[in-house]
Amino acid sequence: MTRDPVLIFTDKGIYCPAGDFYIDPWRPVNRALITHGHADHARPGHARYLATGIAAPVMRHRLGDISIETVPYGAKLTLGMATVSFHPAGHVPGSAQIRVEVGGEIWVVSGDYKLEDDGLSTPFEPVRCHAFVTESTFGLPVFRWRPQAQVGAEINAWWRSSLAEGRTPMLGAYALGKAQRLLSLLDTGIGPVLTHGAVENTNRVMRSQGITLPDTVPVTADTRIADHPGALVLATPSAFGSAWARKFGKLSTGFASGWMQLRGVRRRRAADRGFVISDHADWDGLNRAIKESQAENIYVTHGYTDIFTRWLNTQDLEAHVVPTEFDGETLDEAEA
Amino acid sequence: MKEFARLFTRIDQSTKTNVKVAALAAYFASAPEADRLWTVALFSGRRPKRAVTTTRLREWAAEAAGYPLWLFEEAYPIVGDLAETIALFLPPAQTDSDHGLTHWINMLRGLSEVEEPRRKLAVLAAWDELDATSRFLFNKLITGGFRIGISQKLMTRALAQATGKDEAELAHRLMGDWSPDTTTYNALIEAEVPGADASRPYPFYLAYGLEDAPETLGAPNAWRAEWKWDGIRGQLILRGGTHYVWSRGEELMTDRFPELARALDFLPDGTVLDGEILAWDGAPMPFNALQKRIGRKSVPKSLLRAAPVILYAYDLLEDAGADLRALPFGMRRARLQALLADLPKDAPVRLSPQLPFEDWATLALARSTAREVRAEGLMLKRADSPYLAGRKKGDWWKWKLDPLTIDAVMIYAQQGQGRRANLFTDFTFAVWQGNELIPFTKAYSGLTDAEFRQITAWVRKNTQHRFGPVRQVTPAHVFEIAFEGIHESPRHKSGVALRFPRMSRWRQDKPVQEANTLEDLKEMLRSFG
Ligand SMILES: [Zn+2]
Ligand SMILES: [Zn+2]
Repeated sequence: MTRDPVLIFTDKGIYCPAGDFYIDPWRPVNRALITHGHADHARPGHARYLATGIAAPVMRHRLGDISIETVPYGAKLTLGMATVSFHPAGHVPGSAQIRVEVGGEIWVVSGDYKLEDDGLSTPFEPVRCHAFVTESTFGLPVFRWRPQAQVGAEINAWWRSSLAEGRTPMLGAYALGKAQRLLSLLDTGIGPVLTHGAVENTNRVMRSQGITLPDTVPVTADTRIADHPGALVLATPSAFGSAWARKFGKLSTGFASGWMQLRGVRRRRAADRGFVISDHADWDGLNRAIKESQAENIYVTHGYTDIFTRWLNTQDLEAHVVPTEFDGETLDEAEA
Repeated sequence: MKEFARLFTRIDQSTKTNVKVAALAAYFASAPEADRLWTVALFSGRRPKRAVTTTRLREWAAEAAGYPLWLFEEAYPIVGDLAETIALFLPPAQTDSDHGLTHWINMLRGLSEVEEPRRKLAVLAAWDELDATSRFLFNKLITGGFRIGISQKLMTRALAQATGKDEAELAHRLMGDWSPDTTTYNALIEAEVPGADASRPYPFYLAYGLEDAPETLGAPNAWRAEWKWDGIRGQLILRGGTHYVWSRGEELMTDRFPELARALDFLPDGTVLDGEILAWDGAPMPFNALQKRIGRKSVPKSLLRAAPVILYAYDLLEDAGADLRALPFGMRRARLQALLADLPKDAPVRLSPQLPFEDWATLALARSTAREVRAEGLMLKRADSPYLAGRKKGDWWKWKLDPLTIDAVMIYAQQGQGRRANLFTDFTFAVWQGNELIPFTKAYSGLTDAEFRQITAWVRKNTQHRFGPVRQVTPAHVFEIAFEGIHESPRHKSGVALRFPRMSRWRQDKPVQEANTLEDLKEMLRSFG
């Protein structure tokens, strides 16, 4: 008799037959285990959600009135015939790799992850397993990140030089995770940080769950830039070029994303500056995480799946492309 | 290289023209003279001779990084630029150096004299002592193509700021057949009397396209009209008993068009003509005929017979050694007419005719017949206009015909390069022949970035097959393809080739069944080819 695999890839998402649940499904299901609150992982419409206690507040904020159970990192739950636990993925606060064990066989679904400790998220922990489902957003050797302190210093230098030129620096980043990480890197000795509503909403959720963030000044209809000398504006990319952005006078614009590594992308964004900082693992990070998982079977999703799979196969690993309806995030979508 | 890299970074980091120009001007005021001269050369399209093939560069980069070549080849189209791919693919440099731009250029030029193994060692050593930006620029010196948002025009403006000299004078000084080996920064830019360079052309005066109705230009009698030809804009220079032919792209093309040498038999020394180089058999031949001549540095006799060229002259820039550019166009034209009046029929220079007109309506009628004389439309020039340098608004306008269009089905897609790496921007289009879709053209421009993003998302979900970087997609989208001309091409399956095809509209309203047919294209070929 042949046994079902621990996890199978269906048109609704990753499914565990032994436990009758899905991980980050993209169509409504009865039971959804969610790695983290980004929109391409936590979708609306499931009957029951399960996530870490740290991830849950943002999910409630984004998805409204959902039925959600929470679990601390490392705690073991029994779902049907499966044993399930959540482990830090280091991607954004509360993000998890989900470990599923059935009859002694262990699979881990990474969700999105990064290896560098960003000071806000619980740092990534390798989890030993037989099969590892990994993202590959930046699965090419041209993507290598520098330590975040260096990038932070670069952003602060730009903040100062923009002010010296009489311009207001406006920094674009995704509202959940990246914005707060940048906030923690900004030198608030230079001036106040004004925040766009989408960023501030997430700040508020995180502060209320006990995550410490520097003070910010939410931008309202009455905000006048003249009242906030030396300010930097932290906004979502969608706010750039909008009527909202015009009230800050002459701008110097910057984007913070791993894609800023590529000159073509920097130029297409038409921002003055691009800062290379990502909440995803770089090439070396992906390879290290895979090695430390000690998995023999690797399932590659979310990114440069074909290329990265071919690369892993040359490294004596048994790697497969996960068929998915979505290409994961490309540089033109949210860096979720 | 660090100073040059800082300059590059400042230019590259800004989207504002005045910031770029100021950065370049500051560099011209402070960099060593040799580096300045090379910078002028690089930004005016001159570069050291290529010492290493791109094939070798790719192999060496993969090897130096310790990865298989296929992985490099996969990364390249995603990054979109070879120099940048190499710079990012290699691990960070192990050492550091502060040699200047000229040092690295001379080092590269020395490589063409040594054997390949030593060449390789030198390139690998350079990669290992240059930081990421310097490494990218070093690679650009090898592969060419410094497109960093600094045109020759902006570079000239920066030079003017740095030296206090007049921009138009500098533009003229920078033209001609110079290289950093034949001149110095001082002789080229600063010296009071510029080195007598007989080959030096005048900067071309370029027209903008007319977007409004011609009535907006005012009284018709202030204007002169002539056909806008579909050839190569060129300057014919007769000085010092010899001749030079320059293209608008400032390429010296004297040897490509040997017919024009005979102009020396008919015209006096000290003459410079502006006109259109056309393949000619008693009348302009289709551009297709001229195309065969363009790529060839030396021309076989058979081709000289099949597609002989002339210069169809429309302006006189220098007469008896005197610069006429400040004179009104009407006067220059009168002198041109006098100069060419008695030329025999077989002279390689002819006068491009003017079209008399009383009112704009008559001229509009003439314009509508442009395809019949193989013209692209009309040129309108103000009778009192001086000959300016570069593209300027106001006195000269091109009034082109509306393009031809056809509705076609997208069947293949490929990712773009450079600014558009990671977006699907290069498409192959097909028309119907019965139930079969026959590819007939590629196009990669004409859509907005938002549309490219939309189509990119669609391509990702609707790929049927992959052939390397090319994806075959479900035939589902119809685009209106606009083009300037059509001609027969046995090399293409469809039997036709288009001039300047681009996507003029995404016909989301049209089902694929309603796209045009191959027969429609053939009909256009019969009418306009
Ligand atoms: Zn994601
Ligand atoms: Zn994410």
